Order: sequence, then C-alpha cells, then structure tokens
Amino acid sequence: MPTTRRRRWQRLKHDRRAALVAWLVIGVVLALLPFVTGELLGRSWVRILDFALLYIMLALGLNIVVGYAGLLDLGYIAFYAVGAYLYALLASPHFGLHWPVWAILPMGAMLAAGFGVLLGAPTLKLRGDYLAIVTLGFGEIIRIFLTNLNTPINITNGPQGVSLIDPITLGGFSLGETQSILGVTLPSTYTYYYLFLALSLAIVFISIRLQDSRIGRAWVAIREDEVAAAAMGINTRNVKLLAFAMGASFAGVSGGLFAGFQGFISPESFTLFESIIVLCMIVLGGMGNIAGVVLGALLITVFPEALRYLGDLQQLLLGRVLVDPNDLRLLVFGLALVMVMIFRPAGLLPSVRRRREFSADESVLAQEQASLYDTRR
Amino acid sequence: MTRAANPPSALMHAADNVTAGAVLSVENVSKHFGGLAALDQVSLEVHAGEIFGLIGPNGAGKTTLFNVITALYVPDSGHVRLRTQMLSGRKPHEVVQHGLARTFQNIRLFANMSALENVMVGRHVRTTAGVFGAILRDRATRAEEQTTSRRAQELLDYVGIGRHAHQLARNMAYGDQRRLEIARALATDPVVLALDEPAAGMNPSETESLMTLLTRLRADGVTILLIEHDMRLVMGLCDRVVVLDYGKKIAQGTPAVVRADERVIQAYLGGVLT
Repeated sequence: MPTTRRRRWQRLKHDRRAALVAWLVIGVVLALLPFVTGELLGRSWVRILDFALLYIMLALGLNIVVGYAGLLDLGYIAFYAVGAYLYALLASPHFGLHWPVWAILPMGAMLAAGFGVLLGAPTLKLRGDYLAIVTLGFGEIIRIFLTNLNTPINITNGPQGVSLIDPITLGGFSLGETQSILGVTLPSTYTYYYLFLALSLAIVFISIRLQDSRIGRAWVAIREDEVAAAAMGINTRNVKLLAFAMGASFAGVSGGLFAGFQGFISPESFTLFESIIVLCMIVLGGMGNIAGVVLGALLITVFPEALRYLGDLQQLLLGRVLVDPNDLRLLVFGLALVMVMIFRPAGLLPSVRRRREFSADESVLAQEQASLYDTRR
Repeated sequence: MTRAANPPSALMHAADNVTAGAVLSVENVSKHFGGLAALDQVSLEVHAGEIFGLIGPNGAGKTTLFNVITALYVPDSGHVRLRTQMLSGRKPHEVVQHGLARTFQNIRLFANMSALENVMVGRHVRTTAGVFGAILRDRATRAEEQTTSRRAQELLDYVGIGRHAHQLARNMAYGDQRRLEIARALATDPVVLALDEPAAGMNPSETESLMTLLTRLRADGVTILLIEHDMRLVMGLCDRVVVLDYGKKIAQGTPAVVRADERVIQAYLGGVLT
C-alpha cells in the first residue's frame, strides 16, 4: 500500500538516528566518488564529474530565476561568462595580474549579480515569450562584446580567448597539480572535485533556505499572479531584481571556477546553446525542486558522455560499428529528452507544487467541477 | 474546530483607528479611457468603522474607481487620501503599506500555494526578513517566520477556513476561495479593507455567511469599502452607500434614502419611470 509505505517513510524521516546514518552514507559516497569513478571508469570521468558540479551550480542559479520567480531567462550563460572572464582577466598573464581566488570569486558573484540587475531593470514589465526574447538578446550581446573587445584596447583578447589562466590555489595548495596528502595521491581533477562539491553544497543549502522564506514566498507569489502580488504589498520590482541578482551570482561563482579549472576560456564557451542546455537541466529535472534540478544537471552532463560508448556497444553486439557514435549520441539524447517530456511533463522529480499544477487527476477535477456547479446555483 | 470568538491580534491594529471622521477620502477624481469618461469628478468619504457601499449598474465605473483608489490606475485629476497619507501617485505596494488592502472581483489567489502560504504572503508587507536572514535563519528571522505562520493560521480560523490551511488554493471551494482572499487582505493589517464584489457567484447560503463575516469584521473595527451587485447584501449591510452611473456620482446616503432616490431608480431601470 502506498499509504503505509508513506507512513513508514514519514516515521523514518523523523527518526534522528536514521537521518544521521543516511547523511553519513551520503557523505561517504560523495567523498569516495572520484576514487571509485576513477578506478572503474577512468580519470576522464572524474573530469566529467567536475563539470557536472559546475553545471549543478549553474542550474540551481537559473532555478531561482525560472523555477521560483517564473521569469524565463534564455541568456543566463552570460552571467557565467562574466564570472569566468573576471577570473581570467585577474589571474592570468594577459594583464599580468595574479589575484588570489578567494578575492576573485566573491567579486565575480557580485559583478554577475550587478549584471543580473542590469538585465532585470529594463525587462521588469516583460514576461513570458517577450522576456525570453530580450534575455536571449542580452546573452548574445555579452558574447559578442567578449568577442570584439580586443580593439581598440585589448581587454578580452577577442575570439582567441584568454589562455594560461592560473589554476585555483588555496593557501599555497595548488589545485592544478597532482598533490599527495597522507600518502593518497590526488590528481588535479580530484582536488577540484572536492572544492566544487563544497561550493555546490553551499549553493544547495542557500537554495533550500531561500525556498522556504519570506523572499521565497514572494518569488512564488509573483510567478503565480504578479498583479495580486503587488496588491498584497510586494514590491515586485525589487523582488524580481533580487531573483535576477541571486541567480546570476551563482553563475558568477560557477564561471570563475570554470575559468580556473579549464585554464583557457573563449567566447565560444558561452553560446546560446549553453543557456538552453542549462534550462534543459531544470526542466528535465523538475523546475523549482532542488533535488530535481541537481538530478537534471547530473544527467544532462553525464548521459551524453556515457553515450560515447555506443560505438563499443555496437562493436560488441553487431561485430562492427554501424553508425558513427557521435551522430547516434545526440540522436539518442534528443529522443531521451522527448520521452521524458512525454511521460513526465513536470520533470523527473517535480516539486510538489509543480506536480499538482500538471496533474489533472480525478479528485482535483471532481473538486473543480463541484465548485463550478456551486457557482451556477 | 474551535471558533475564534475574539478577534485575532491581526485586527487590533485596525481597532486602534476607530475614531470619528473620514479614513479614506476621494476628491474630485476623474479618469478617462480615450474619449470615455469612466469617472467624472467623483468624491466620497469613507468613515472609520463603517461598511461603505459602492453600487451602480454595469459599466458605471465602480471597478475603475477601485483601481484608482488602490493605485493600479493613475487618475487624470483629483486625489485619494488615506487618513493623512496621499495615495494617488503611489505604487500599489505602497498603498498596501499605508493600510489599504483589496480583494479582486475575479478571484486572484496564488493558485498553487496552500491557503496558509497565501495568507503568509499577505504578511510580507509587515515583515522584514531579507536574503541574509533567510540564509542564516538567525533568531530574529525564525521568530518572525513563526509569528507569520501563527498569525496566518489565526486569520484563516477567523474567516472560518482554518481546517483547509494546507490545501492548495486552487482546490478550495469557491466560497472558501473568496474567504481566503479576505484573510490574505486582512493579513496586511489594513485600516480600510476594499472588497470588489465579494458575493459574486455565491449561492444564497454562502452570501448569508459572508454577511455574517463582514458584520463581524465591522464589529472588530475594520472599515470596509464594498462594491456589490447583490442588493440584498448592500441594503442589509452597508451603513452608507454611493451610487455611480456613467462615471458620475448620482446619489449618496443611507441605503433607505438611496433606494428611494428617483435618479437611482432611473439608472437601474433605464428611465422607464420618468
């Protein structure tokens, strides 16, 4: 019975010891994940995990704008670019500056938040499709600026991008080199994993706290009905700008980490396609639900990589490679997305609110009809 | 379910303001839409502690006046004052801050939030927690959250839908949605509560219990501005009434006086009696 199962789950959730054990298990799994992955699948997969964590941060930021406040933003990757370029310019031979990461990341968050407000301010009165178009344009403007800001003064180094960016260094401990602690060898991708994991957890924590707060409720109220929200005393302008700024600041942090991790960035990394991929992550995972968004980001980063093995699979099953795995990969990926949207339109792990929004189950329908009937009497 | 016999603390604020004289005054307000004069030099005064009715045939300008008062529209001329505060030229959320809350003719709840959350949103304007408070969840923020949800539950009990607190607004019965809108408006600690056709679409028994609720609100010191089509409700409830027709004020006074007014009869019956 689902009800008894739910009750058992409820009891389990309130059991302190069970919760402690669960957290401990999750902690151990997350801590050992790079080693297990590295052993089983190879080092390159740890790098994919690192990227997954960067995307989790990005997706959680976009989730605040789109999932909570309901403002469709198709230029979100621009804030990622702002964070990345700030890091690249302040910690590379390009200007000869080598600032420490702890100074740049907060600046990146704030600068991206500033750009968030810059995008938000002129679009306050827009919504839905119109907002989407303007934000899309904004994203492209930032990318084109980055491509062309090499003349008359060379700021961004244009389409060549910025290279030789300093790896992230924390108190003399460089994440760019293989380190060994207590006899355990930690390749660069492993140490980056732990840094990204810590920051991702911080962002998850912030998202959870915001969700269930005065500000979080105001965001949802605006998503539900902006006129009513204003009539209830919510300063819709400030609250919307706050959503843009918060979402952008997550992307700013993530972008800075990306620049340090990758060592090279160019405007190519910040195309419209990237914005759409991040949006895909939150739609696929379940808009507005933190666990769903994390799952979505994880799947969309990992799944296409896993599909690279389609060639080996063909070799194994058919004895030869029939279709180029690179072509097949995107085909299967697209098909999978379509399937998810058909069978789980609210996302893989929808928020309670969304699930109800999408469900038209009989009890709800019956209630709606009953209230309709009441009206006519 | 216990019935809240005493007014919740939410209403105390309003009770403080029961003094004689005008709480809300509308002075010579005009509003044109293109060539149409939706409001033409309308003036009225709502006194503290009364239920003030605003009636008139369809298209008389009632909702337009409502939107001017709540600052959704900017009047072409004239102004609106709440106690000593000028409301015209303000933003809608500032009007709420000064103590004027409203409901909508076509219910505008936050459909996918629970009843309790809807009312908690109404507390937004009287609370202060910001982003850092939300993230750190310090003692002040926790205390504020607790007070907010307790107050919201009290208000739900007060309007009689306390047992539906955790139901989604969209799944509630029609009459309960109307009540929820009133609770949400009350959560902003209004001096004047403006209700736009609260009985629209209600059946007679729902209307009856709405009248009981409004009477109780008045007794607890809330001043009410009411637009209504249901004549039984208006005549049975309002202390004073203003009648609008084609954007002009054509009559004012107690329900009994207004009902006997020739111009009112003419406006409602289309001039057959002249």
